Amino acid sequence: MLNQKEILSTIEMIDQQHLDIRTITMGISLLSCCDPDPERACGKIYEKICRYAEKLVKTGRDIEGEFGIPIVNKRISVTPMAMVAGASETEDCVPFAVALDRAAKTCGVDFIGGYSALVQKGMTAADRKLIRSIPEALARTELVCASVNVGSTRAGINMDAAALMGRIVKETAGATADREGLGCAKLVVFCNAVEDNPFMAGAFHGPGEAEKVINVGVSGPGVVHHALQAVKGQPFDVVAETVKKTAFRITRMGQLVAQEASRRLDTPFGIVDLSLAPTPAVGDSVARILEEMGLETCGTHGTTAALALLNDAVKKGGVMASSSVGGLSGAFIPVSEDEGMIAAARSGTLCLDKLEAMTCVCSVGLDMIAIPGDTPAETIAAIIADEAAIGMVNNKTTAVRLLPSPGKTVGDTVEMGGLLGSAPVMPVHGESSADFIARGGRIPAPLHSLRN
Amino acid sequence: MNAIVTVVGRDRVGIIAAICNRLASHNVNILDISQTILQGSFTMVMAVDVSAATASFGELSASLTDLGREMGLSIRIQREEIFNAMHTI
Repeated sequence: MLNQKEILSTIEMIDQQHLDIRTITMGISLLSCCDPDPERACGKIYEKICRYAEKLVKTGRDIEGEFGIPIVNKRISVTPMAMVAGASETEDCVPFAVALDRAAKTCGVDFIGGYSALVQKGMTAADRKLIRSIPEALARTELVCASVNVGSTRAGINMDAAALMGRIVKETAGATADREGLGCAKLVVFCNAVEDNPFMAGAFHGPGEAEKVINVGVSGPGVVHHALQAVKGQPFDVVAETVKKTAFRITRMGQLVAQEASRRLDTPFGIVDLSLAPTPAVGDSVARILEEMGLETCGTHGTTAALALLNDAVKKGGVMASSSVGGLSGAFIPVSEDEGMIAAARSGTLCLDKLEAMTCVCSVGLDMIAIPGDTPAETIAAIIADEAAIGMVNNKTTAVRLLPSPGKTVGDTVEMGGLLGSAPVMPVHGESSADFIARGGRIPAPLHSLRN
Repeated sequence: MNAIVTVVGRDRVGIIAAICNRLASHNVNILDISQTILQGSFTMVMAVDVSAATASFGELSASLTDLGREMGLSIRIQREEIFNAMHTI
């Protein structure tokens, strides 16, 4: 039987510690929409998404009402669009993005992900067309998110793709210059991208996935922070145990919501993504958890170790609480979306090089980091290559989502509003990486990719 | 189906009576009540059975929220499963 203390502690987590379900994401396969006629393909795409996700938002709201747990986002992820658009005889992929945007608006979801290409080993003609269309696609749509996978532990790093993505990130910022380069907030470059990620901007419905699926991403940095406040000064063993117990509870709730959504939408349950996803709200920050462990400011010496412990304990606590764990699962460190990270970056303690080190031990990568608008495309490509190398060698997902906001320089702030937050512009190294990027080709897969 | 009603706010005369009346008017059966004064604020947790309720869960929730607004209290109703998931294995 439940006791009053337990019930009230759950209510306090929701009311005061920002406990929520970050997203219910419906993955939809669009492979059946391939058509030589691009117009017909777009029609099929719109129709299929609307048919499958018709009740997604309403179901999310119903669950929210009945269980009293906020579900912040309802989203859709689709088959990487290069695979679908590749069947059509057209040079222009933008209408596919427009079709996705229209479908997302009709369904009432917050975002739709999957304007994507998987080019870790090589690029098809369709991949190239789609990637080239990303700047215009993101400028002409509101809810579409794009991602490109340029490397993997099995395949190595496609440096031609990394170089191209450096240019595409710049062009995307330019195409959305009137909105501070907002397009870049919806564009992720991956290494080892996962097929069942429910989080944006990197969500897509992988080719190995079912016809449709429900994936859920939980959140709860505030709850972990609060729990750690009760064990001040105690050894790390206690810290790890405390995080594990908290992550277990949060994930159990995610599992419950995922199963309920799956049943009501008559869609198979895929995975729960055990993530600590921050928001710009005070009390919902991953940086503040690290500081609670004894660091004066996030980014100082000890930050990487603190993050390693946190990331591992979240997984260990969560994995027993769900029947199927997947996605990115770990702690996110998006700078603009985390109140504590913003403060640390503003104070100058948290810099790009430290963030890169942190991505070796956290769930994703260099996320939502504003850099000067005049950063050369080659430098961005080199940052992408560095991050992909970390992912490739460590057998983990890494990603780059940089915001080279046009006209902005170090000391300025890029304001995106809402969950995307605001980011102080961070300096990058001025020394050129152009000759390095100009080489092109492929960085071979590491020795430990040969596991068979 | 069981649900949990939680009430938090400043203590005053007639809170329990008003809430019980409201629940009865929707044919909701009360299974258990526990109440304390926590740091000066009135805190009540009720386990209720809503299977025979004459209103939908959404209507019930709205009705209790309205009552809470009238009385200056935070009243919410949530399905029991969420608490079970978080606190029992």
